[in-house]
Amino acid sequence: MMDSLILRTGVRLLLPLMLLFSVFILWRGHNEPGGGFVGGLICAVGFALHALAFGVKAMREMLKVDPRSILGTGLLIGILPGFLGAFSGEPYMTAQWLGALGTPVLFDIGVYLVVVGAILAMVQTLMAEGDE
Amino acid sequence: MNAWLTAAPILIPMFTAALCMVAWKYPVAQRVLSLLGSLALVIVGGSLLSIVLDQGIQVVQMGSWAAPFGISLVADPLSALMILIAALMGFCVALHALGDIDPVRERGGHHPIFQVLMTGVCGAFVTGDLFNLYVWFEVMLISSFVLLSLGGLREQIDAAIKYVCINMVATACLLLAVALLYGVTGTLNMADLSVRVPAVPSQPVISAIAVLFIIAFGMKAALFPFFFWLPATYHTPSVSVQAIFAGLLTKVGVYALIRVFTLIFTGDTEWTHGILMVMAGITMIVGVLGSLAARDLNRAWSWQVVAHIGSMVMGLAIATPLALAAAAFYMVHDIVVKTNLFLGAGLVRRMAGGSTDYARLGGLFKSAPWLCLLLFVPLGSLAGFPPLSGFWGKLLLVRAGLDAQHYVMVGLLLLTGLLTIWLVGRVWAEMVWKAPAEPPADTLSSLPFARSYALVMPLLLLSLITVSIGLQPERLINVAGQVGESLYDTSAYVQAVLGTTPAPQPTQLGALETGAAP
Repeated sequence: MMDSLILRTGVRLLLPLMLLFSVFILWRGHNEPGGGFVGGLICAVGFALHALAFGVKAMREMLKVDPRSILGTGLLIGILPGFLGAFSGEPYMTAQWLGALGTPVLFDIGVYLVVVGAILAMVQTLMAEGDE
Repeated sequence: MNAWLTAAPILIPMFTAALCMVAWKYPVAQRVLSLLGSLALVIVGGSLLSIVLDQGIQVVQMGSWAAPFGISLVADPLSALMILIAALMGFCVALHALGDIDPVRERGGHHPIFQVLMTGVCGAFVTGDLFNLYVWFEVMLISSFVLLSLGGLREQIDAAIKYVCINMVATACLLLAVALLYGVTGTLNMADLSVRVPAVPSQPVISAIAVLFIIAFGMKAALFPFFFWLPATYHTPSVSVQAIFAGLLTKVGVYALIRVFTLIFTGDTEWTHGILMVMAGITMIVGVLGSLAARDLNRAWSWQVVAHIGSMVMGLAIATPLALAAAAFYMVHDIVVKTNLFLGAGLVRRMAGGSTDYARLGGLFKSAPWLCLLLFVPLGSLAGFPPLSGFWGKLLLVRAGLDAQHYVMVGLLLLTGLLTIWLVGRVWAEMVWKAPAEPPADTLSSLPFARSYALVMPLLLLSLITVSIGLQPERLINVAGQVGESLYDTSAYVQAVLGTTPAPQPTQLGALETGAAP
């Protein structure tokens, strides 16, 4: 944890911006460069900055859930939409479309959560050494 | 329905792992999930094998992307057999882990990561795409790094560093080989490769790439010049992890060798299979000598893992249908026995107070006569005593070797067997007959009933498998025969994946002695 007023003030502004931007990147990944992985990284960096400014404990309180549970949920969200093809007798992971919206978006959201969960779990473990 | 069954060996453990991670804070829920998931995998493995044997090779194209472009999952007799046996080991070890894994390791995530490991193993068995195979190897390796260092003891970290380093090199080799092969042929689908590789104009390039594959998979399988990491690492993690590593991980390397060198690199067999033959021979001898030199039960078993890898690769190197069948049979036998031996060594260590050094062992017949009886099954099977599974495996290999006139290899195999009997005799004397150095530290009866039950049941189950293979070998020999046939003549595999009969290039082993096809 860094005791810096500039960083703390900056992070207060940066965190919501980065979260918004990460969701934008995730959404953009549907048809253009971007996607769950990059978006997840940006989101995780936002929270990591928060941990740097206010400490891991504050980050954990803000998250409310264990990062590893986020990881597991993401994995589930990634796996489950693949089964939707079963209703039309197609193999696993065949994309199902409802207009322009399809299961690949759900898969991307899963990837996003897996990346956020994994990176935050690492950040939490590595920074806890110094803090507690 | 069959398409879903083919994908299920990957989906079930992955789903289980995800659920276990969601339940990160609740170890009890994780235990139940891990056990149920492993049981489901056994059921799926059994039905997949019976369907493959009944109806032929099962193929599913992920996401409906057509064959050479998308990723195909293929269950041929070898894949299905390996998945069933891996699932059985997964179940036994998951059961053993209920009694064996301490709360610290459980909080560290043993159960979800174990399921990720099973995902990687099953994925490697079922994939029909070379790059995808690389990915499953990575999944398997990364989870094995975690399992190896979980617990954080000094010797574990030491072992983990060696293991990570050697595997990085092996992975780099594999990636390089895959990239080169893609550059030469423009495809990564294994069935497509088996059609295109013989048509490549410069065959020496293919031979060079084949050697890279031997190096990459040889490191994973612990073949002769690349085996040194195995005895240095396998004795350090918790018993459940040791057992699943010894039972499955190196065999995935052997499986990959068998797959690649029966399906893709079948042109220059004199060169590639010649190299494999030499490596197999030296691996057997070095492994068994190492196991005799060790003064510690766990280390001796680690060396034995190396020795018997040599026997399986010998079957691959001879490459007749009988030899390939023998390799498959031997692999099944060896996976069961090695898992059993490491679980048994764990129980012995528990009783000897945390060490399996020969000096600390002894008097097992007095303190736990039933355990002795249980341990005799894998020991006898390892040595190849007649009614047990090891005998039939060796018999098939010797038959195949004599038929193909590889007398030196047969001699080495028999010598290895003889030295293994010596080792088993010595272990029995040290462990069972010798008077103990000090009274047993911890007998199983002092544990809560459920826990000792969870510890011992897997041994009983595995011993039952060994005995039933031994007493009724025809069924497994029949299955192995089908495996051998399907590996020798791969046209059915290619047809199943690509949907057409690629007539111009022969894909049978050794059928390309005339050089490059047009």
